Amino acid sequence: MKPAPFVWHGPESVPQAVQVLAEFGGDGKVLAGGQSLVPVLAMRLAEPAHLIDINRIADLNFVTSSPDGVTVGALARHSRVEGDIAAGRVQPLLAQALKLVAHPTIRNRGTTVGSLAHADPAGEMTAVLALCGGSITAQSTRGKRTIPAASFFHGPLESDLAHDELAVEAFFPALPTGAGTAFVEIARRHGDYALCGVGAIAELDESGSVQALRCAYLSVTDTPLVLDLTRAWQSAEADAVEQAKLAIDPQSDLHATADYRRQLAGVLTVRAARQAISAAERGARAA
Amino acid sequence: MVTRYIGKPVRRVEDLRLITGQGNYTDDIGFDAAALEVAFVRSPHAHAEIGEIDVVDALDIEGVVAIFTHEDLVGPAAEPLPVLIPHPSLHAPRTAYALAKDTVNHVGEAIVMVVAENRYLAEDAAARIKVDYRVLPAVVGIPASRAAKTAVHKDIPDNIAAHLVQQVGDVLAGMAAAPHQLEFDLTIERSCSMPLEGKAVYAKWDPDDSSLRVYSSTQAATSVRAAIAAKLNLPLPKVEVIAPDVGGGFGVKIMHPWPEEILVPMAAMRLGHPVKWTEDRREHFISSAHERGQEQHIRVGFDDAGRILALDVTFWHDNGAYTPYGIICPIVTSTQLLGPYKPGAYRVEFFSIYTTTVIVTPYRGAGRPQGVFAMERTMDRIAETLGLDRTEVRAANFIQPDEFPFDQGLIFQDGRPLIYDSGNYPAQLEMIKEMIDWAGFKDLQADAAKAGRLMGIGIGCYVEGTGPGPYEGAHIQVLNDGSVEVAIGLTSQGQGHQTVFAQIVADELGVPFESIRVTSGDTRRFGYAVGTFASRAAVMSGSAVALAARSVKAKALKVAADALECSENDLELIDGMIAVRGNPTASIALGQVAVLSNPLRYAFDEAAKAATQFARPADPNVPPVAAGEAPGLESRDYYSPPRSTFASGMHAAIVEIDPETSEITIDRYCVVHDCGTLINPMIVTGQVHGGVAQGIAGALYETLAYDEHGQLLNASFMDFLMPYVTEIPGRLELGHQETPSPLNPLGIKGAGEAGVIPVSAVIAAAVEDAMGFRIDAMPINPSALFDLRRDFANGKIDAIRSRP
Amino acid sequence: MTEERHDVQLTVNGHHRSVLVPARRTLSDFLRHDLGLTGTHVGCEHGVCGACTVLLDGEPVRSCLIFAVTITGHEVTTVEGLAPADGLSPVQQAFRECHALQCGFCTPGFLTTITAGLADNPAPTRADAVEMIAGNLCRCTGYQNIVDAVLRAAEISEQTSW
Repeated sequence: MKPAPFVWHGPESVPQAVQVLAEFGGDGKVLAGGQSLVPVLAMRLAEPAHLIDINRIADLNFVTSSPDGVTVGALARHSRVEGDIAAGRVQPLLAQALKLVAHPTIRNRGTTVGSLAHADPAGEMTAVLALCGGSITAQSTRGKRTIPAASFFHGPLESDLAHDELAVEAFFPALPTGAGTAFVEIARRHGDYALCGVGAIAELDESGSVQALRCAYLSVTDTPLVLDLTRAWQSAEADAVEQAKLAIDPQSDLHATADYRRQLAGVLTVRAARQAISAAERGARAA
Repeated sequence: MVTRYIGKPVRRVEDLRLITGQGNYTDDIGFDAAALEVAFVRSPHAHAEIGEIDVVDALDIEGVVAIFTHEDLVGPAAEPLPVLIPHPSLHAPRTAYALAKDTVNHVGEAIVMVVAENRYLAEDAAARIKVDYRVLPAVVGIPASRAAKTAVHKDIPDNIAAHLVQQVGDVLAGMAAAPHQLEFDLTIERSCSMPLEGKAVYAKWDPDDSSLRVYSSTQAATSVRAAIAAKLNLPLPKVEVIAPDVGGGFGVKIMHPWPEEILVPMAAMRLGHPVKWTEDRREHFISSAHERGQEQHIRVGFDDAGRILALDVTFWHDNGAYTPYGIICPIVTSTQLLGPYKPGAYRVEFFSIYTTTVIVTPYRGAGRPQGVFAMERTMDRIAETLGLDRTEVRAANFIQPDEFPFDQGLIFQDGRPLIYDSGNYPAQLEMIKEMIDWAGFKDLQADAAKAGRLMGIGIGCYVEGTGPGPYEGAHIQVLNDGSVEVAIGLTSQGQGHQTVFAQIVADELGVPFESIRVTSGDTRRFGYAVGTFASRAAVMSGSAVALAARSVKAKALKVAADALECSENDLELIDGMIAVRGNPTASIALGQVAVLSNPLRYAFDEAAKAATQFARPADPNVPPVAAGEAPGLESRDYYSPPRSTFASGMHAAIVEIDPETSEITIDRYCVVHDCGTLINPMIVTGQVHGGVAQGIAGALYETLAYDEHGQLLNASFMDFLMPYVTEIPGRLELGHQETPSPLNPLGIKGAGEAGVIPVSAVIAAAVEDAMGFRIDAMPINPSALFDLRRDFANGKIDAIRSRP
Repeated sequence: MTEERHDVQLTVNGHHRSVLVPARRTLSDFLRHDLGLTGTHVGCEHGVCGACTVLLDGEPVRSCLIFAVTITGHEVTTVEGLAPADGLSPVQQAFRECHALQCGFCTPGFLTTITAGLADNPAPTRADAVEMIAGNLCRCTGYQNIVDAVLRAAEISEQTSW
């Protein structure tokens, strides 16, 4: 299984990269981590004439944290983001979800921004970006723009990026104080794409009751789905489960039926919510 | 014989090269020779007629050397591949052509071979070749094949390749007289061997002596050699086949000759250049072999104790598009279905039927898992009907220890009577029950249920006919320096043959373990063999090695007695030294004996002088090499048993089902197995671990998902779910029993398949026990179990009666 | 039309190597066919089986999913580079002691992965050991002995460091 031939470009800066993209992006693909792209090329499911390899752009390999949130550069490997202590404090969802992305060896090479640009509805990081209301910054010869998560994902493997645009960084807003997070998923094998996954952010009021609960869903919709389950959860767990099950649109495939995925979505909503609430409670006690 | 090595967990000889990256697998060969590489155009359709093949665009690719279609094949190579194991009941066999001619009958069938400077360019060229197809309807699955709206092969309108009925006793009478009767259906789906190394072939033609050397990742080097010689019209001595290091076989590599095993050598000859082909993973999915798919219909009559008075089984075996391996798998199912039991009367009928899918040839177990599934699910049903304990029902049907040898009255897959030589099933049952704490489980299950946990226990028994013939052989030669060269004809795929057979030689011959070198699967070293399959290597080659070692020892003592001027009976051979018992100064090294065993005219080194004609006085009336003898300290011996020897075992498992997600966890997995004498217990344990892992994979994870167009939907490791470490229970509990085989010198029975055979039956039984409704189809996964639980809750499935 | 060749310069097992290869040459093929280091094996070419795992600047990666040209200038360690000059590494020794290999095809990928894993976590628990090898497929051993080998390797490392 060898890729079809392509012209390789190895830009060493973002301006160089967008220049190449402007010229060849229409029949080209950007190569960062390659953990999703290279198998596609190997199986000849895609045969781009040009490969724009951004691995030489050292400037893009960064993870910076501030009280506002975490900014992840396009070349930051999953393992780097996962291991970044400061990032973990500012937005715990990152490390929680990254632990579930494939296997450590894959995470040593795959990039977080790359997996966002790939826009796979089974990808954990798309759900995280959507859940915390993050954004992607894209650059081209036409300029720079920031795309919020809500408008970034168009469909399975379809993002808002134009052919001549390079996603240069992603921004994950900080977790509000007093909130807790969780990310749970069920897969057939450890490290596989999830049959269903749920991320949760829970915020508690002073008395310790849930004042906000938001959940994001993966593998059960075409694009990451974020639900505000606050009222339902305040009413009863079962109501939140019901709301979630009605909102998602799972498909059947050879691993699981739509109905089973729906069942998992309900179960995982409760598990994620409870874990997020516990995390918030622990945070409140520690404060 | 002092047993210093046999029975010990000797560390493997193979390991040193394999852990340092010095293994020599087929794709590693010929780095210096820069072989040309091959890629194929394979059919994208499950069923089609082939029209024009247009290669014009492919020739534009720089680095393309040659392109072959069926038109380019000559003589026997242009004819269909052989039916390896013909059988009178295989009334409509079909095999593929090495390159498809006129029709293709499964996705993946090879149509065009491209030879280029490297695999990248070969694939580029293959992608540019245009083939005209007239697509025909696909035939996928047993129901579609049976309905036969479309014939896979035009001239076989009912899609039936074989039909065989075997019976013992009067099933009709037995059924009529039985106080209880049950009738039900079972299904097992396809899975496959899936070794980590796919198939690979490297061929080199030597024009100077018109000889062909082929390396292939095969389990049957000698037979591949014969097939190549036949197909390419070469004299057998001019073809050599070597199985180098092989990255797993598990049965799929016993099938041969693969088209590539004929085509790659042919290309090497025609192009006068080494040629190689290394299968990629997708190719392996769509053009190697699968196994396991069957639908079974069972009728059983039994008495109040659960003894089977009559058992009537009909099953349909999906053999895929062709039948190159004959009907071995369904025959194994038919015969091994009986397990450790002696039903009053037994009738088994099968239809081996065509579908437009990949061919079906043995995969570890080779039809046995399906037979065990049928019998063990039947036992559980009998127990449920009578309200009896599932182990008691089994015990009531066992062949007893004093009934061996036990003739089941059928013909086994080796063409010989199905006669079990030895075993002790009641003792095995006691052992497994104790290991898993069968008696205590009821309480465990009840306590768990109070806490909302769903647990179940299952048990499965099997008998495995191992070491089928016709024969295996071994050649042992002691060299002048005392080192010992051992060659066996069959092949190795990780079983540690180089270690295990050296253990036997060390003990049987009496030489240091480190002085022994074992070669396997190399026709240059040993030309007569059958192959590695049916857990036969230890039994067959082990016995041959033991016999050859004894022959060499006898000769060594004879030569030594002559040199030391004493009687052979006074001598012993220990650690490579032959000495008079009780008089260590009267001794001679084995290497020196080797020198003396070959009377010389010319001494080529210092040590050889001792064997020359003036070196010592000789009886003038006795020829230097006596009639019937041969020079040299070596022997070639064969072991050919009258029939197979029967290993056996029992597995038990405790599973837990997550009430919310229906995920299935195996809490405990216990194995008791009997493979007779153990040569290396560490290696046997490893084999059982690996077999159980494959069994669990087949029970809970692996399927081959064909859609109605014959497309394999999960032809990659992303969707074919081979388990990682996290999917296998952290601890497998092994118990061991040893009833030696009376059929071979060391009492060995085969162990290679023991781990996999009953696993689907055991898991199905355990899940059923946890759920309270029947599991009739395997494999099972959480989503399917969720559906069944929902149907059960809605009253669409019956409950099993509660168990004692 | 000939493909452009790129000058790939890598330090492999401590030695500087330089070969001209097309851009689409995977690192696994580069190691095996261009450098003749056939210890790294190819099991699937889509990143799932782990047989091709090598160390890139000390971190385990799937060499089948990397183009050699992408990583020019970096350091690669393959199974051939794991053993010290005299003998076997603790991980290699442990594999031998624990019978953690049968056919040996997946083994190089496990050895590199575990070598890096133990460098990060020299005293793993059994659960750590399982997690460490959770991304590598083995079809022969059923994994029990491989998990044992991880723990044994940690033991050996500890003993020999005294």
